[in-house]
Amino acid sequence: MEFAELIKTPRADNVVLHRPFHMAVEGTLCLTGHHLIFSSRRHDNAEELWLLHSNIDSIDKRFVGSLGTIVIKCKDLRIIQLDIPGMEECLNIASSIEALSTLDSVTLMYPFFYRPMFELLEDGWSSFLLEQEFELLSSVTDEWRLSCVNKEFSVCPSYPPVVIVPKSIDDEALRKVALFRHGGRFPVLSYYHKKNGMAMMRSSQPLTGTNGRRCKEDEKLVNATLCSGRRGFVIDTRPLAVAQQARAKGGGFEQEVHYPQWRRIHKYIERFNILQESFIKLVEACNDQSHNMDRWLSKLEASNWLTHIKELLTAACLAAQCIDREGASVLVHGSEGTDSTLQVTSLAQIILDPRCRTIRGFEALIVREWLQAGHPFQQRCAQSAYSNSKQKWEAPVFLLFLECVWQIHRQFPCSFEFNEQFLIMLFEHSYASQFGTFLGNNESERAKLKLPQKTMSLWSWVNRPEELSRFQNPLYEANSLVIWPSVAPQSLQLWEGVFLRWNRPSRFLEEAEEERINIIKYNKELQARVNVLRRRLAELEAEEQPEQ
Amino acid sequence: QVEQVKLLDRFSTSNKSLTGTLYLTATHLLFIDSSQRETWILHHHIAAVEKLPLTTSGCPLVIQCKNFRIVHFVVPRERDCHDIYNSLLQLSRTAKYEELYAFSYNPKQNESEQVKGWQLIDLAEEYKRMGVPNDYWQLSDANRDYKICETYPRELYVPRTASKPIIVGSSKFRSKGRFPVLSYYHKNKEAAICRCSQPLSGFSARCLEDEHMLQAISKANPSNRYMYVMDTRPKLNAMANRAAGKGYENEDNYSNIRFQFVGIENIHVMRSSLQKLLEVSGTRGLSINDFLSGLESSGWLRHIKAVLDAAVFLAKAIAVESASVLVHCSDGWDRTSQVCSLGALLLDSYYRTIKGFMVLIEKDWISFGHKFSDRCCQLDGDPKEISPVFTQFLESVWNLTEQFPQAFEYNEAFLLQIHEHVHSCQFGNFLGNCQKEREELKLKERTYSLWPFLLAEQKKYQNPLYNPDFSPELTLLEPNTVSFNFKFWRNMYHQFDRSMHPRQSMFNLIMTTSEQNKQLEEDIKELEAKIKQRNRQSDVVLEKEQEQTAHPAPVALKSSPCFQKEQPPMPVNDTVRTIEGSNTADNRYSELVSEFSKAEPAVVSLEYGVARMTC
Repeated sequence: MEFAELIKTPRADNVVLHRPFHMAVEGTLCLTGHHLIFSSRRHDNAEELWLLHSNIDSIDKRFVGSLGTIVIKCKDLRIIQLDIPGMEECLNIASSIEALSTLDSVTLMYPFFYRPMFELLEDGWSSFLLEQEFELLSSVTDEWRLSCVNKEFSVCPSYPPVVIVPKSIDDEALRKVALFRHGGRFPVLSYYHKKNGMAMMRSSQPLTGTNGRRCKEDEKLVNATLCSGRRGFVIDTRPLAVAQQARAKGGGFEQEVHYPQWRRIHKYIERFNILQESFIKLVEACNDQSHNMDRWLSKLEASNWLTHIKELLTAACLAAQCIDREGASVLVHGSEGTDSTLQVTSLAQIILDPRCRTIRGFEALIVREWLQAGHPFQQRCAQSAYSNSKQKWEAPVFLLFLECVWQIHRQFPCSFEFNEQFLIMLFEHSYASQFGTFLGNNESERAKLKLPQKTMSLWSWVNRPEELSRFQNPLYEANSLVIWPSVAPQSLQLWEGVFLRWNRPSRFLEEAEEERINIIKYNKELQARVNVLRRRLAELEAEEQPEQ
Repeated sequence: QVEQVKLLDRFSTSNKSLTGTLYLTATHLLFIDSSQRETWILHHHIAAVEKLPLTTSGCPLVIQCKNFRIVHFVVPRERDCHDIYNSLLQLSRTAKYEELYAFSYNPKQNESEQVKGWQLIDLAEEYKRMGVPNDYWQLSDANRDYKICETYPRELYVPRTASKPIIVGSSKFRSKGRFPVLSYYHKNKEAAICRCSQPLSGFSARCLEDEHMLQAISKANPSNRYMYVMDTRPKLNAMANRAAGKGYENEDNYSNIRFQFVGIENIHVMRSSLQKLLEVSGTRGLSINDFLSGLESSGWLRHIKAVLDAAVFLAKAIAVESASVLVHCSDGWDRTSQVCSLGALLLDSYYRTIKGFMVLIEKDWISFGHKFSDRCCQLDGDPKEISPVFTQFLESVWNLTEQFPQAFEYNEAFLLQIHEHVHSCQFGNFLGNCQKEREELKLKERTYSLWPFLLAEQKKYQNPLYNPDFSPELTLLEPNTVSFNFKFWRNMYHQFDRSMHPRQSMFNLIMTTSEQNKQLEEDIKELEAKIKQRNRQSDVVLEKEQEQTAHPAPVALKSSPCFQKEQPPMPVNDTVRTIEGSNTADNRYSELVSEFSKAEPAVVSLEYGVARMTC
């Protein structure tokens, strides 16, 4: 298919662009295969807007006489309006945008066409390999091994080719366990707590069914993570009732009789369309400037968004607490083990592991716990808050995770190497990107699409020094402690950087942030200068002494 | 003195407590825990003491403070608890001004320092700064002996064309004699903020002098003949007042006025709103939805928004239309003070400085007779007179500092400290209800002024991000008052609940860093001077050497035998970046698991924990 076929009117002049808190600009609109480009074409103050078609969530058109207006709502929550003279042009442009923003084939997406303008310093596709992770692990413990049982994605289609499992369990046993777990997602190591040797594992639900099926290998695998005499906790992200209902569909949970050393905790985390609805409601509330206080607060409440944040943080803290304070190993799962499970395991690591609070460590966490762990990004992030498709598989699971990280970041502003912008950038790229990183639903699909060969990795770009500098937190000072956030409602806040980003003037806040950075930078300069001067003085003194 | 008293954590359900000794002094309640940490509570800060039913561990005593601290003691013996309870009730309720802390507080200042302290804020100077008296406005001696209005200050500025009979006539037509006077004069726009109380218009009464008074105000503005009259009350309340012979201006009787209601609720609504807010925020194990719906039903943020909206309206009338504005409510000392002072704060960057903010409070709140004594319940009095009007003013300012982080010289700590002292009765400034009363109490001789003390420790109150050039003088600050901008002021209402605050304070870090930068700048100067001196000395001896040292870079690179002598860089961050709450017990989620840990050996009770969790 040629993109040209979809572009009936490639260019329109005298288009007026409206954005909140900006002056309207007149200019030229161009459509290309992947971008909507608006340029003011003025020499004195040229303004350009490049918008990826894949970033467009929904589009509305209306007419007043022959003047058409297109309202474009983006996945990054921005809303822009274009006034296009000429009914036909406007209709053409609107239908082209609609077609181009809803291409159904992944291989037609921009990452397959994007050619980077920068010099490649490292290939992000191979920056974070599980093998490296394992090397680090094996320097502190020899109880684990790297298994290639899933090399052909045959044991578990949503797992990566290599996984870390207890040393005592062989590949044959893993195959059997995979048959006993939903989607073949047998328990694998998610995190090893060096401090006390406790492990966090993740999996999907066991397929016990109504007649209480068991699997000896599964029990052995799960128990293999326990030191003798220690106990463990299974954190099930479903309420007990849901877990029980799941048995009727062949799913289930670990029966206490069969896993006597394990205690189950049901910590409910909301999923799928409930989250998506919540997201839609919240964005709706934030976008309406006319709400009076009561209406705003009740809309904020009705969205339930902050409740999800609190529940999720609580669950993650609980997992972290079991590991760090109770000295117990933990197994986390829900039903499929691809959403709430990953939220809990990755957040728990942010709390427990200082490495995950560095830029590279956080990137590695996302690769390990989200991309390789098979979070179906392409399904979940197909549409954002302006979607009206109401597909069951669309859900802001990853955004919720990012927001929880932001909430912790706010409470520990000096403990993270990255800043808020880094989290916002990840949110944007998970929904629309020139990079291939978030395409596909799991490693198997990515391999089939040959993404590493055909597209550029987000990490190749982000980790270049000039980009990194934008995402560094000047307040960062490595903090080796476990960081326990407060989950009281008074301590949680709406993530304004995402939800109010386009709805309020931000100049003063940005300037203040700059000033903060300047104070820190200036401090470093001054300290360096003082040191130089002290050294000089000391030298002078030393030179004098012999004379005396 | 009572020993073995337990201090419970307000929000933890795990009954974590500190054990220590409780002392009662003449002015304070003091609790010293086993690790020698002290908690001081001023008796005047105590808003309520409550004895709860006896429990197995003792007799619980809950003390609520006006600065929103809530402490929960458990006293082992009931008799002790009863004694403490009775003493606190007596100590926290004062019948006479003379018994307040301010009269016994002695900060070791001599008399001249005391006098100087009181002279620090000079309102005559302030009016001069605004540009009055001038061709249109003059100082009136009408109230010199408090004959016309007891709750106004002696010095009042009125339009030149308002003669004494007009003033007297107008004052008789205004509630409590509070006739229209100047509150703020905007030099550039030649427009004024005036304030008064409601007219005694009833359903049809008129007063020619009052009409002349308003006309005089509008004529005193050469750039716009029209003036606004802002009634800060909800229309319904104002109309109800007519039945009592009070009311609001009839537009037909006054020429060139535009009348406007802005709908801020009265002191009683505000009092119960705050009470609801505190009930909600004080709930243990609060869910997000209960918090948000409680926040909504308390109406607190709605009221804050209403106050700020009114101030924005006022400031815009002046800055955009150059129109003078007359503001009143019922008596003109609560809502009027809020709106006038916030309006001036938006208009004039001087009030966004530390000194300027003190001036603003002295002018619009203290001198114009905001009834601090009644509103803050300094003396045992009518509980219906208590209202958080001034707290709302501080909260509105805080909201502005959040939107304009660089526009204010002062920081949040300054606002909190002022709030603390409005209730502490430690200084004389806020005692009494009006200037006349303060003079009668001879506060300037018998007590000390708060402002010099705040100024002396102003380092603590400086906003490190402050940019004096943020906005040119007399340009309007235009806050965005869309609802989502208003947030719950955690640092006010949970100031003492440490577990709720960020574990690392970005604010403190920036404060200390900025402080340290100043110190480093000093160090550099000193070092450079020393080096210069040495260079001069060595000049004589070692000419060549001197040439080298003139270029810092190569010298610094050269490895030197004195390297070990080099002092380490200042110990920057150890103190700043302490992390609080690395104890999980501070957080609520911990309680889920504490169920497990309690049952360490027994697996059975673990089961119990699971059961509780899953139900």
